Amino acid sequence: MSNLQQTKVKKKNKKRKRDSAFFLMMLPGLTYLFVNNYIPMTGVIIAFKELDFSVGILKSKFVGLKNFTYLFQTQDAWLITRNTLLYNFAFIVLGTLCAITVAILLNEITVKWIQKVYQTTILLPALISIVVVSYLVFALLSADNGFINNTILNALGKEAVSWYTEPRYWPIILIVVNLWKGFGFNCIIYYATLISIDRSYYEAASVDGASRWQQLINITLPGLKQTVFTMTLLSIGKIFYSDFGLFYQVPMNSGMLQNATNTIDTYVYRAMSQLNDMGMASAAGLYQSLVGFVLVLAANKIVNRYSGSEGIF
Amino acid sequence: MLKKISWFQAFANIILLLLAASCILPFLLLVSSSFSSENALIRYGYNFFPKEFSLDAYRYILQKSEVIFNAYGITFLVTAAGVSLSLLITILLAYPLSRRELRFKRLLSFYVMLTMLFNGGLVPYYIMWTRGFGIKNTIWALLLPNLLLNAFSVMMARSFFLSSIPEEVIEAARIDGASEYRILYKIVAPMSKPIIATLGLMSVLGYWNDWTNGLYFITNTKLYSVQQLLNQMLLNVQFLATVSKVGQAGVAGMQMPSVGIRMAIAVLGVIPIMIAYPFFQNYFVKGITIGAVKG
Repeated sequence: MSNLQQTKVKKKNKKRKRDSAFFLMMLPGLTYLFVNNYIPMTGVIIAFKELDFSVGILKSKFVGLKNFTYLFQTQDAWLITRNTLLYNFAFIVLGTLCAITVAILLNEITVKWIQKVYQTTILLPALISIVVVSYLVFALLSADNGFINNTILNALGKEAVSWYTEPRYWPIILIVVNLWKGFGFNCIIYYATLISIDRSYYEAASVDGASRWQQLINITLPGLKQTVFTMTLLSIGKIFYSDFGLFYQVPMNSGMLQNATNTIDTYVYRAMSQLNDMGMASAAGLYQSLVGFVLVLAANKIVNRYSGSEGIF
Repeated sequence: MLKKISWFQAFANIILLLLAASCILPFLLLVSSSFSSENALIRYGYNFFPKEFSLDAYRYILQKSEVIFNAYGITFLVTAAGVSLSLLITILLAYPLSRRELRFKRLLSFYVMLTMLFNGGLVPYYIMWTRGFGIKNTIWALLLPNLLLNAFSVMMARSFFLSSIPEEVIEAARIDGASEYRILYKIVAPMSKPIIATLGLMSVLGYWNDWTNGLYFITNTKLYSVQQLLNQMLLNVQFLATVSKVGQAGVAGMQMPSVGIRMAIAVLGVIPIMIAYPFFQNYFVKGITIGAVKG
C-alpha cells in the first residue's frame, strides 16, 4: 500500500469514528423525541376510530369522520374555538402593548439598582406555577373569604359577588391574570431590543432639538418594530393553543364558568378524563394540531420572508 | 442636574412602582392571611394585615408534616434527577447538531424541529404513556413525559455552541488525538457554562412548577409532588385531613383551620423558589432574552 492510500484510509477511519461518536451522543435525545413526540403522532388515527381497548388501537373499528361530525355538531366546537381565538387575540394585543410600554418606562430609569429592583419584581409572577397563581386569585375572589368581596365591595357598600359561578366576569379576570403573569417576561424581551438601539441616534436627535416624545415616536418605536412583528407572528402561530393551567386551574375547574373558560385544551382534557370520550377528545386534539400546524408554518414563513432568519427555522 | 429628572422619568417611576406593587401585593395577601387566626379570616376575609395574628394554620400543617415532607421529597428528587438527565441529553444532542461535519445534519435538525410544529394531541400521548409504558402511579410519570427534553432548548444550546465555541479549538484538540467525548467534556462543556446554567434553570422551573404530569398520571397520594398537593388542597381543603394518618381515629388532633390553611400551604409551596430567586435572577433574564432571539 502506498503512503498516500494509507493516510486516506486513516482519515476515513477517523471520520467514521467521529460519526459513530456523534450518533452515540445523539442517541438518547433522538430516542426520547421518538417516544415522547413521534409515537403519539401516529396515534392521530384514534380520531378516526371507535376506540376499544379490549381489541387494541389498531383493531378498533374504523369510523371515518364520525368523531369529527359529532364534534362539529355540538355547540362546544364553536364555543371552544371562539374562546381560544378571542382570548389569544386579547392576550396578543394587550400583552404586546403592555410589555412595550413597560419596557420603554424601564428604559427611562437611569439609576441602575432601581431599574434592577423593578426588573426583578415584575418577573416574579413569571416564576411561579399556575397552581400558585390560582391560590392568589382565590385569595382575592373567594366568595366567602376573598379580599374583594370582604374588603373592597364591603367598603363600597356593594353586594358580594359569587365570582366562581358568574361567567360574565371571567373574560376580564383571565385576561388580567394572563397579563399579570406574562408582562414581565415579554417586557424583558422588548427591553433587550431597546438597549440594543444605537445611542447615537438619540444623541443626534437631542442635538437637533427633538423632544423626548419625538424621540420615542421616531427612534424607539421604529427600533422595536422588528421584534414586535416577529413576536406577534409567532404568537399568531400558536393562536389555536391555550395555556391549560390558566383556563383549568385559575377558574378552579368550575362547571358554571365553562361558557367563558372552556378552550380547546381544557375541552380535550375534560372529554378524555371526565367523559371518557376518547374519540371526541382525539378528534378535537387533531383539529387543534392540524390548524395549529398550518398556522405555525404560515407564521414562520412570513417571519422568514420579512425579517431574515428570525423565525424558528 | 435637576433638569435630568424629567417629568417623564417621574411618571415612569410612578407607573413602575405601581406595577411592581401589583406583582408583590398578591403574595403579601397570601402571607398575611396565612398568619391570621381562623376567626378573623371568617369574619373579615383574607387581608393584607393579619387582624388577629395566629400560627394555627402552620401548627396544623406541622401536625400533618409527613404529607408535606413527602411531597417536598418527591419534588426535590424529581427535580434533581430530571434536571441532570435533561441537561445531559440536551447537550449530547445539541453538540453534534452544531458541528458542520455531522452527517445528515439537515435531516436530523428537521427531525428535532418538527416536534415543535406538530403533535399528536393529548389522547395518544396519554394512552402511550399509561398503556404502552405503564407509568401511571410511578415516579417515572413525574420525570419522563414531556419535561425531559424539548426541541427549543436543543436549538438554544446548538446556537450557543455554533456561535461561542471556535472551530479551531475543537480542531486543535482533534489533532492532539482527543476523542469526541473528551472534547465535549473537557473543552466544550467548560466553555458553555452560561448556556448550561440558563438551560438548567429553565429545567428546574419546569420540573418544580409542573403539575400536569401529576394531574394526568398520579392518583396515589404518596407520589404527590408539592404542586399536586397544592392543587388538591385548592379543590378540596379537607384533603390534608383525610390523607394524613395523624389526627385520625383516636389520635387527638386539632380542628383544621380550613380557611387559613390554604394560604399557609401555598406559602410553603412558593418559599423555596422565592428564596432561590435572587441567586438565579441573572440567568433567568438571560434565558428569556436568548430564548426570544430564537423565537
